Amino acid sequence: MAEKIKPEAVKNACEATQFMVAAAREQGIETIFDRAAVMKPCPIGAEGICCKNCAMGPCRVTPPKGDEPAKTGLCGATAETIAARNFARMVAAGSAAHSDHARGVAEVFLSAAQGEIPGYGVKDEQKLLQLAMDFGLDADTMDIKEIAVEVGRRCVAQFGQQEGELVFTKRAPLKRQELWRKLNLMPRGVDREIVELMHRTHIGVDQDYKNLTAQAGRAAIADGWGGSMISTELQDILFGTPVPVTGKINLGVLKEDQVNIIVHGHDPLMSEMVVVACQDPEMITLAASKGAKGLNLAGMCCTASEILLRHGIPVAGNFLQQELAIVTGVVDAMVIDVQCEMQALHRVSQCFHTRLITTSPKAKIHGCKHIEFNEHDPINTAKQIVMEAIEAYPNRKGKGVIPDIRQDMVVGFSHETITYLLGGAFRASYRPLNDNIIGGRIRGIAGVVGCNNARVGHDEGNLRLIKELIKNDVIVLTTGCSAMACGKEGLLVPEAAARYCGAGLAEVCETVGIPPVLHMGSCVDNSRILMAATAVVKEGGLGDDISDLPAAGAAPEWMSEKAISIGHYFVASGVYTVFGVTFPTSGSKIFQEYLFNELENEWGGKWDFALDPDEMARKMIDHIDKKRKALGIDKARERVLFDMAMRRDLEAV
Amino acid sequence: MSKIIASAAIRGAHAIARRVEQKYAGVLKKYGPAREIGFPNTAYYLPIIYAMLGIPVRTLGDCQLVFQKSRTLLPQLVAEHTHLPYLAPALDAGMATLFYEEIEQALRYLEEPDFYLPGEDVSDEAIWLGAANDIILRKRGVEFVDGTAPGFAAILGAAPDSEIAAKLAQELQTKNLYVFMAGENKGRQFSKQLVEAGVQIGWNTRLVSFGPDTSATVFALGFAVRAAMAFGAVKPGDFRRNLIYNKDRIFAFVLALGPVTDEWYANAAGAINFGFPVISDTDIPQILPTGICTYEHVVSSVPYDQMVSKAVEVRGLKVTMTEVPIPVAYGPAFEGERVRGDDIYLEAGGGRTAMVEYSVLKNMNEVEDGKIEVVGPDIGDIKAGSKLPLAIFVEFAGRQMQEDFLPILERQIHHLINYAQGLMHIGQRDISWLRVAKQSVDKGFSLKHIGSILHTMFHKDFGTIFDKVQITLHTNEPAVKAILQEARDAFKKRDLRIANMTDETENIFYSCTLCQSFAPSHVCVVTPERTGLCGAYNWLDCKASNEINPTGPNQPIEKGETLDDMLGSWAGVNAFVKQHSRGKVEEVSAYSIMRNPMTSCGCFECIAAVLDKCNGIMVVDRDHAGETPSGMKFTTLAGSVGGGAVTPGFIGHSKHYIGSKKFLKAEGGISRLVWMPKRLKDELSEKINEQGSRLGVENLADRIADETIGITQDEILPFLKEKKHPALELEAIV
Repeated sequence: MAEKIKPEAVKNACEATQFMVAAAREQGIETIFDRAAVMKPCPIGAEGICCKNCAMGPCRVTPPKGDEPAKTGLCGATAETIAARNFARMVAAGSAAHSDHARGVAEVFLSAAQGEIPGYGVKDEQKLLQLAMDFGLDADTMDIKEIAVEVGRRCVAQFGQQEGELVFTKRAPLKRQELWRKLNLMPRGVDREIVELMHRTHIGVDQDYKNLTAQAGRAAIADGWGGSMISTELQDILFGTPVPVTGKINLGVLKEDQVNIIVHGHDPLMSEMVVVACQDPEMITLAASKGAKGLNLAGMCCTASEILLRHGIPVAGNFLQQELAIVTGVVDAMVIDVQCEMQALHRVSQCFHTRLITTSPKAKIHGCKHIEFNEHDPINTAKQIVMEAIEAYPNRKGKGVIPDIRQDMVVGFSHETITYLLGGAFRASYRPLNDNIIGGRIRGIAGVVGCNNARVGHDEGNLRLIKELIKNDVIVLTTGCSAMACGKEGLLVPEAAARYCGAGLAEVCETVGIPPVLHMGSCVDNSRILMAATAVVKEGGLGDDISDLPAAGAAPEWMSEKAISIGHYFVASGVYTVFGVTFPTSGSKIFQEYLFNELENEWGGKWDFALDPDEMARKMIDHIDKKRKALGIDKARERVLFDMAMRRDLEAV
Repeated sequence: MSKIIASAAIRGAHAIARRVEQKYAGVLKKYGPAREIGFPNTAYYLPIIYAMLGIPVRTLGDCQLVFQKSRTLLPQLVAEHTHLPYLAPALDAGMATLFYEEIEQALRYLEEPDFYLPGEDVSDEAIWLGAANDIILRKRGVEFVDGTAPGFAAILGAAPDSEIAAKLAQELQTKNLYVFMAGENKGRQFSKQLVEAGVQIGWNTRLVSFGPDTSATVFALGFAVRAAMAFGAVKPGDFRRNLIYNKDRIFAFVLALGPVTDEWYANAAGAINFGFPVISDTDIPQILPTGICTYEHVVSSVPYDQMVSKAVEVRGLKVTMTEVPIPVAYGPAFEGERVRGDDIYLEAGGGRTAMVEYSVLKNMNEVEDGKIEVVGPDIGDIKAGSKLPLAIFVEFAGRQMQEDFLPILERQIHHLINYAQGLMHIGQRDISWLRVAKQSVDKGFSLKHIGSILHTMFHKDFGTIFDKVQITLHTNEPAVKAILQEARDAFKKRDLRIANMTDETENIFYSCTLCQSFAPSHVCVVTPERTGLCGAYNWLDCKASNEINPTGPNQPIEKGETLDDMLGSWAGVNAFVKQHSRGKVEEVSAYSIMRNPMTSCGCFECIAAVLDKCNGIMVVDRDHAGETPSGMKFTTLAGSVGGGAVTPGFIGHSKHYIGSKKFLKAEGGISRLVWMPKRLKDELSEKINEQGSRLGVENLADRIADETIGITQDEILPFLKEKKHPALELEAIV
């Protein structure tokens, strides 16, 4: 790859981050930003051509120079095989992360349905009935509890299912389902596809990069249309399907005179109960007895999104701000569950009074206090955690440094809510969206998701890309750390429409009263984007598969393996998907060419890479325009005036 | 700036909710929860509430549930900054507004029973018409279905002066639209402005003065939701289908005249749920992106002279008008105008003088197309208030023209003349009656213009079946008498020929799917002995219509193999119906009420229903508002028959069918008929007796019960026994 990131060019877009990095340096505390400056990524690993799948290696199959023959591993594995295997293993890890999270949710859901967990119950009955329908249950003959138990059992069974098709794949457009069957991409069970992928990437098994890409596709679909979707749906049933709420974001939500508790990670099971515990009068009194003016709960990473969307709980920040939050000196406890929690938190917390508490048996940090989340008594676990924070509060060293930076936002755009928002209780549908895409006010739809990456400026890639997209009338659906970047920048307020958008998109946002960037949830909630895309297809007028839509996906600051799994299920669902920062297959021209070009002929979607966010925006817009042209909506729409004969020809609704 | 609109609509909805709940509390205290409330003579209760929520409001107590639902729809006010999305909440607020206002209007019907006039006409003292009853709905509904009225304009407020009001109204009328008027603007009302300008208002001229309050808009939307239920088979409570049906098929829009208040916005938000856009004369924010409506949602600052054309364009409606070269306005909206008393300049026919309308078929070289001649005195030669004899003699020529089409063309003369502003025409053939108003004469109208109307309109509507037409208007007594004599001989011959056409003699029947604009799965099968259920299309009409427009709604049906001649079941007919009902109906019987009865759109003139205890059938026509022995009024019965549904035991049909030999032949024909409204019985008694005699029963009409005998089966059964009604001897009907 010709383009490389120069460390000195990295400039953080987030002001609070700039402020806190300086504060940390002043106090002599090392953070990820310092480590990124001194430690470069391994160049061979970054290109995906280091194979350490057996003890004869690691083999590094760097590209041949001049007339040299292409290198292979000791076993003869080519660069494309090695790059494809490494890529596939990232998909497997990402899919496993989402799906194991989902399994945990499903198990808790089942226990809750069986009445074994005090405080958890069915909050969204409508969605439960929808799932009952998906599973083919005869809901009329069952009461809600029975339905919930049966849905719970069936969801749990999806993970270990050995044959057939994952149930939620039936929600995809019919044409997409047929394609998956034809290409052998249809996942049988969640675990099975991941295990098979790990098997096939073992030394001496699958050594055809196309065949590996397909199984990686199957494992990725088992994430997006399997694990992730199960997780989103069951979390919605248990805790409520998000509807628009206002919230605040950035480190400035921390309060000098209150007990600050940060829940950080990805799993709402425990944080939901921390929300309840923080409202408990007993806890509030206890905090007051220690001289605090209240209990201030804030979230970080996707756990934050879960409680933000459902309760309006403020967000302290995204992935790259986790150490910085502790550096403020006012975080009394940081409670973490799973995924994206940096081990460095422990070291930073040692510099302060902050109690860092792990709660998942799956995610401990050496040397760190562990209070295991008892899923059969969540409220007491939560109270115990809150008490830890209250106890720590008097130990603060000084006033701390809180950047006076916070931003309002409007969040909570589940795909069901979007349906409602576009037409109200009586005319809810995606029609206005489709209509305005067809009419050209909205040029297309982009899903911009993913992480922060310390190799590039904090939030910079997300923001530059998204601003360019909305300026060009592309509406943006976002999740995860990308959504938080938008929140901090003020892109998640309705007023952003007039400020940042092209005239067409601004007019539509103004009509509906929405921001031009819609925060749909955490990173497992990318399943919501799949459902939204499917809803657009089903509404009609924009083709009959997701790959027909004037739409594109991107993760400009990706870093986790989950992002690769997400990207791959977007591509397998027919979406043109562009990643930034770096691309983990760049060492194999052949394999990269397959992902970036040939795959589109087979799957309808393909991968791409762009280092520069403006370039990324251009590629996405070009793709959107190409799809508009294919749909014949690249020209102005004519006004059709109806006479009686035309009304007679209308099909009955 | 949709935010301003949404904020105002939500504020308005809250204000309306407070007002109505307060009013309701007082009324409830006074009358108690069991007190019945509702709109007059309708099977749809408070129709918007019934259509959207599926709640039949029968009593004051029933309103509680509606309030509960409405309160959950009332959103929070829109925040100044970082507001939550407001489109959906505003639309919900609009809907809640309509529910509240419908209840408010029902309270008015309870508290001030004489505030609204019953029926279609205004009087000199009162002009507010209130809720259209189901008779009006069905009668006017036919016009919506067949396209004579492509939609309606709901006017809120008033024009700056009555002259502009009259101009707007006339422009809407000439575009064939209904005008539904409500609300006021600075104490003035559009309806009253029209009266001031001397414009006739009421259902007959399509200028419907619903009420003086903003909340009277619910009568317009209540008409729309009922059209979907009556003609589109949309079930109560199926709000989504009802609203989409309205968006796709009822071409209505709101004209807001005057400063838009919060309450207007709330009502407008309600209307937008139906896909009805708002066109305003004032400088309010616009909402242009499409979606809920087909095109723009709110368009503002439209000058009065462009308002109607703008509204029609925004609603996506194509209105085709023919320019008729006469000095007065022309269109179906003027059909119902009356000319009375001192307004009459000329009168002809109607028993006062001889009058006849007669057409003949000539060779091509005998007719000069467009030649119009008045033989005898014309309007310019007589004084106001005069009477003249009149013969309208029309000569057609053309290669496609057939003798059989003459009666059809002749029958058009009635409404074609009536469409002219200030002309009133009643009857046809030798019983016609014409009045010309002074106002029209002032504008330069003369008898010659009747020729212009006929020439233009015959060419427009029937141009494909004839090539030339010339018209002569005779006003000299001897000439009129001579034509009258010749015409009467011809009428007799024609009637005889039609009487001899039977379902057995003809191999081709005709379909009528004109109503599929409203009832997408309904197919009428028109045979020589069974006219269309609306009474407007007989077999010959359909045949001519097919000649005129070979791909139109009237298609020939090869009847094919006769499967059962008692039921009236043919293989070809079944195949056709299956295909054209889009697979919804597989088999039909033309002569049976019990086995695969034919479907109905909702435009039927009459409904037949089985009366099991009497072993017979009753028939009720849509003009009869009272109870019937079926336990249901016409309106309620209509609910179970319309919309393309197959309902054994019920059938919609024309009046004419009652006198047909094939009338419910499978069940024993007219001998089964045990009850019908007295007025209808008197009208048809000759035909009933004639068909009775054919089946060996004398004086059948006298044996049939009516509402003066009873309105339950138990009440009429003794009468039937006493009169030895033949139905009692027939095999069991059920």
